[in-house]
This record gives sequence, C-alpha cells and structure tokens, in this order.
Amino acid sequence: MKNFMEIYFRIKALIIKEILAVWRDKKSRLMLIAPPLIQLIILSHAATLDVNNISLGIHNQDSGWYSHELIQRIKGSPYFRHVYEFKTPKDVQRAIDIQDVIVSLQFQQDFSRRIAAGQPAPLQIVLDGRKSNASQIVMGYLNLILQNFNIDILNYQGVDLPESIDIEFRSFFNPNIDYIYFTVPSLVAILSMLLALTVTALSVSRERENGTFDQLLVSPLQPWQILIGKMTPAMIISLCESTLLMILALVFFDVPFKGSLFLLYSSMIVFLLSIVGIGLFISSISHTQQQSILGTFVFMTPTMLLSGYATPIENMPTWLQPFTNLLPIKYFFIIIKGIFLKNMPASEVFMHTWPMALIALFTLSLAGWMFKKRLE
Amino acid sequence: MKNFSFRRFFAYLQKERKQIWRDPSTFLIAFVLPLLMIFIFGYGVSLDAENVPLGLLLEDTSPTARSLENAFLGTRYFNVKTSYDRSALEKDLTGGRLRGIVTIPSHFSQNLLRGVPAPLQVLLDGSEPNTAKFVLNYAQGVVSNWNVQQIIERKSSLIPPIAPAPRVWFNEELKSRDVLLPGSIAIIMSLIGTLLTALVVAREWERGTMEAMMSTPIRIHEMLLAKLVPYFLLGLGSMTLCVFLSVTLFEVPFRGSYLVLFLSTSIFLLAALGLGLLISTLTRNQFVASQISILTGFLPAFILSGFIFEINSMPAIIRAITYLLPPRYFVTILQSNFLSGVIWELILPNWLAMFIIASFFLGLAALNTVKRLD
Repeated sequence: MKNFMEIYFRIKALIIKEILAVWRDKKSRLMLIAPPLIQLIILSHAATLDVNNISLGIHNQDSGWYSHELIQRIKGSPYFRHVYEFKTPKDVQRAIDIQDVIVSLQFQQDFSRRIAAGQPAPLQIVLDGRKSNASQIVMGYLNLILQNFNIDILNYQGVDLPESIDIEFRSFFNPNIDYIYFTVPSLVAILSMLLALTVTALSVSRERENGTFDQLLVSPLQPWQILIGKMTPAMIISLCESTLLMILALVFFDVPFKGSLFLLYSSMIVFLLSIVGIGLFISSISHTQQQSILGTFVFMTPTMLLSGYATPIENMPTWLQPFTNLLPIKYFFIIIKGIFLKNMPASEVFMHTWPMALIALFTLSLAGWMFKKRLE
Repeated sequence: MKNFSFRRFFAYLQKERKQIWRDPSTFLIAFVLPLLMIFIFGYGVSLDAENVPLGLLLEDTSPTARSLENAFLGTRYFNVKTSYDRSALEKDLTGGRLRGIVTIPSHFSQNLLRGVPAPLQVLLDGSEPNTAKFVLNYAQGVVSNWNVQQIIERKSSLIPPIAPAPRVWFNEELKSRDVLLPGSIAIIMSLIGTLLTALVVAREWERGTMEAMMSTPIRIHEMLLAKLVPYFLLGLGSMTLCVFLSVTLFEVPFRGSYLVLFLSTSIFLLAALGLGLLISTLTRNQFVASQISILTGFLPAFILSGFIFEINSMPAIIRAITYLLPPRYFVTILQSNFLSGVIWELILPNWLAMFIIASFFLGLAALNTVKRLD
C-alpha cells in the first residue's frame, strides 16, 4: 500500500510538472485556447464543397423573348449571384480567362427565332476547368434550369407532353442539408487531435532539447510511470479543449446533439489515447522540438487528406481505402457525427471504438518500449 | 546597403547551411512530405465521385418503373442496390452503408399515364452534406434525362428546343487531380517558408543564440538575408520536385511558362518567409511559433486558398480575410499557369498583391528584429 501511494505521488508530481510546462507561459497558455476557437469559427464556414455566389457571363446577340426569359430564370436562381453581360465574344473569353466568371453563355442571333420556329437552338456554354469541382456543380444547376425551361417552352407551344417526373427529397439527420452540421463536429475532432498531438509530441523532445530528459530517466520513475505522466496532461488538456469546442458547437452554431454524452466521452478518451500514443512515439524518436513538430506534420497532412473530411473515402481507389483503416480519426468522425446527429446506438459506437483502442494499445506500447530503450 | 559585407554574410550562410544539413527533419518536410502529398493527391484524393452507394426502393414494378431503374443502373455515378424492403434500406442509410434512397412510389406508372404528378422520393443522409448534394443533383440528372428519353420514345419527331453545347476550357475532362496537384505546391511552400523558418528562428531565440549572434559585428540585414536564402532555395528545390512529379508521373498538363512559375514561387516564398520570420521574432518560442504558423500559414494555404474549397462560396467576412493572405493569389497563378497558360491580365495583379504582402511581412520582421536588439 505504501508502495502504491509512493507511485501515485510520483506520477502526480510529474503530471503537475507537465501541465505547468505548457500552462505557466502566458503565450503558450493563449495558444492552447485561442487558435482552436478561431479555427473552428473560420473553418466551419470555409471548408465546404458547396457552390453558390456563382458569377456568370453572357454574350447575347439575340434580342428575342426566349433568351431574355432564360437569363431572368438564371438570375432568379439562388445559386447565381452575379450575371454580367458582355458586348463581344472576346470580352466573355477574357472574363473566363481572368476568372471574373466561372461560366459563360453565348446566344446566337437567331436563338429566339429558331425556338419559335420549332428548330433546335444551340446554346454555347463555356466552363472554367481550372475549378473542376465548382464547374461540375454549376453545370448541374444550369442543366436543371434549361430542362425545366425546355419543358415549359414545349407546353407553351401546345405540344402534348407526357407527364414529367419531379423529385421530392427529404434529408435524414439534417433536414436543410446544412454544412455546419457536418463541419462543426468534424472540426471538434480535428482540432482536439491537433492539440493532443502537438502537446505530446513536444513534451519529450522539449526535455531532450533542454537536457532535462536524462534527469527524468535517472529519477526513481519507471518508464511506464513516465509514460503515464506524459500522457495524462495531454489527455486532460485535449479533453478540456474538446469540451470547450463542443459547448461552442451547441451554443454558437446550434448543432443538434441527439446522442449520449457518456458514449461520446468514452469513445473520445479512446480516440485521444490513440493520438497521444502517436504523439509520444513521434516525440520519442525526435531529438529536437523542431523534429517532433515536423514529424507531427508528416502524420497530420496525410491523415487529414485520407480521413474522409475533405473528400469522401468512397472516391478513393479501392487499393488505397484499406490504409484509411489505420487512421484513428476515420472512426472518430463516424462516431462524433453519429452521436451529434443520429443518436448512434452503443453497439455501433463500440463497433467503431475497438479499432481505435487497438491503435492506442499499439502506439502506446511502442512509445513505452522506446522509453525503456532510452533507459538501457 | 552600404554596410553590407559579403564575407560576414557568407560566413553566416555557411552556418545556416550546416544546420540544415545536420537535421534530417528539414528534408523530411522539404522532400518527403511533398512526395507523400503528391502521391496522395495523384492517386488518392479525388473530388470526382463515382459509384456512390444508392438504394432504390421499388414500390412499383411496372415496365415504366423498371425502365427508370435501368436508367439509375446505367450511370457510373451510382452503385445501385435495388430492394423492395423500405426498412432494410433505411437501416443501411442510417448505418452509412448507403448515401441515399430513391423511391419509385406505388402506382407510379399508372399516375404517369393518367397525367397525375408522380414525384419520386429521395432520402438523403444529411450528416454528409457533400455527398447528399451530389446524390440529389445526379439523381435529378438521371431523372430528367429519362424524362427526355420518354418524350422522344413517345414522339420521335420531337426535339428539345434548347440544345446546350457545354465546353470546358483548360481541363476538358474536369479532372480534379489536374487542379489539386498544382495547388498542393502552395501548401508545401507554406510549410517550408512559414513553419520551418519560424521554428528554426524561434529556436535560436529560445536558446539565446540569437542574442549571441547580435553581439557579433554582423548587421541585421545580413543576418536576415542569410536566414532567408537557404530556406528560399530549399523551397525552390521542393517546388521543382513537385512540378516534375506532377508533370511526368501524373501527366498534369503544363501549358504555362517555367519562368512565371519560378517568379511566382519566389514572390510567394518571400511572403511566406517574411511571415515565418515575423512569427519567430514575435513569439521566441517553438510551441507558440508552430501554432501561429499553422493558423496563419498552413491552414490558409489549405482552406482559404481556393485549392479545394471554392472561395466565392464562403461568407463575405471570410472572403475578405482571404485577400489579406498570399495563398489565394498563388493558387490562382499555379492553377492557371499549369492549365491555361500565361494570362498576364491574371498573373500581374496577383503578383502585385503577393509582392505587397511580402514587403509588408519582411519589413515588419526586419523592424521587429532591430527593435528587439535594444
């Protein structure tokens, strides 16, 4: 019992020391709080693949009703913000070139006349391929407007058409397909991960750079005790951080929270443990803080790209998809969105938690082994 | 620059070079990470969705409904799973195994024949808004094509009045890879210019070697220049590697000018280096410097640059912020210079903007370093 208490006090002392190492300095303290909040606010609105506020250029040589009506319909669409008219084809081309507009329409002189005469009227559409994603979506919007207009023209001309089919849609979990519901929970996961990773990655390498790590190694602390002492502060800091971010998500962004707080926190602890394990591993192989920060980046960048946040995992080639199973955040994305929006049941949460637990076990043992190796 | 001594400058440059050479992490960030990113963008990340898993609920099994089903089966955008069991499909949607469910309602064909509106129902998973919008847009596309097909079958003489002839300039097949690979250069240059420089200089402040350096006869501008040159060259080397791989391995077209590419990268690197120096001088602490570099260098290059996410779709305040940071200008030039060739009217204003930001950051960095000497 005495022995146990002794171990407890030793680890506690180390934990307090670790927390003070980041918390003591005013600038570092600010860095723990301010950037994640700024990032959450800016990125939640910026990081969407949604396309609106579209600028469109028009070169209209036709003075008839049909082109005029089509332009009015485009202007009335919620997606098209600016519609500019140009005098010559060259001006339109220039507007695309210098990215004043992303798409242009060119009406021939006989556009309305041909339609009225029942002949097909060609409409030239030019899209800017330098914005491949936006161009595709813009073309989709335009096609819909054109198809509806076509049907209205035929009806107006008294052509007897078969009933055409409309689409009614309903969106589960997010009735208005609001991007904030997706970006905010995802960012809570990303920002907590970033913080847990940097705090742990720096914790060992800072001591090594200052030469105090050797002192720690000659102290009566066992390697596993050092490991716990390094882990716990990072866990505490990042759990506080994610709590702060979640409060912001609920109060400021009005993201619904449908699931269980208990399930969220238990899976989050497993997630953060796996990240802390990776951070400690990076830290244990780095000699300087610079190396550990850069090492963190070499981990972070591919993780962000392959996690399914920016682009869906289904779009990736099939041989690459298994690799995403090694990324803890992939599972936690599913869980955090599931609990926020879908009230995900415990069984499903567990299904996505155990792979993270496995990763945590592996990375933490690896880091512990590295510490032990240092000692020998 | 009356007091500029090349001897002192080169001596200091030598020291910086040795420092870079000694630390493998510099090469990790300048060459290994770019390779990793180029491979991920080249092979992995794609904005072009295909084979999105879609459930099709058939409540009507008439030939008309079957023909619509075939229209869905025939598109490469969807991987369709047909079923008659609503609850099974809905469970798959909730579990994330399907991205949407299209329901062909009962009496669908009867209603069509009688001229009663027969809307299709589409259920979406709103927790993935990007995919949800994609499913909605493409389902609409499939249905309206099918509509036209039906009209033509009924009245073969009928032709749609307006025949859109879309053409895509600069990237005919709308390959997202051709856009992402050039853009990723901006991210790598930000990492080298801002993060790496900020860390290296912050470490000197942290350890006190900066003060020691200042007590030597070296002038402040000699020292700053000697700090900038190695990372500038490292950045250009890394850029060359990225361009080489993009063009040879991934066959991204390069229609512009290498001189423009080189000059644009240089101006951008100056801005990024200036920001890095400024951060390190102000923070003098590696942890703080890394956090601020991520906030002002890495994330803007990634997210506020138009590289993946469309700037015009962002709220006005965020759009305003993008103008204050160099990545948006650089990404515009990179994508244009690769895909459309040299368009001076586009390049010059972007150069000017980057140049102003670069002078601002560098000037501020120099000013702060001098002040701190007192």
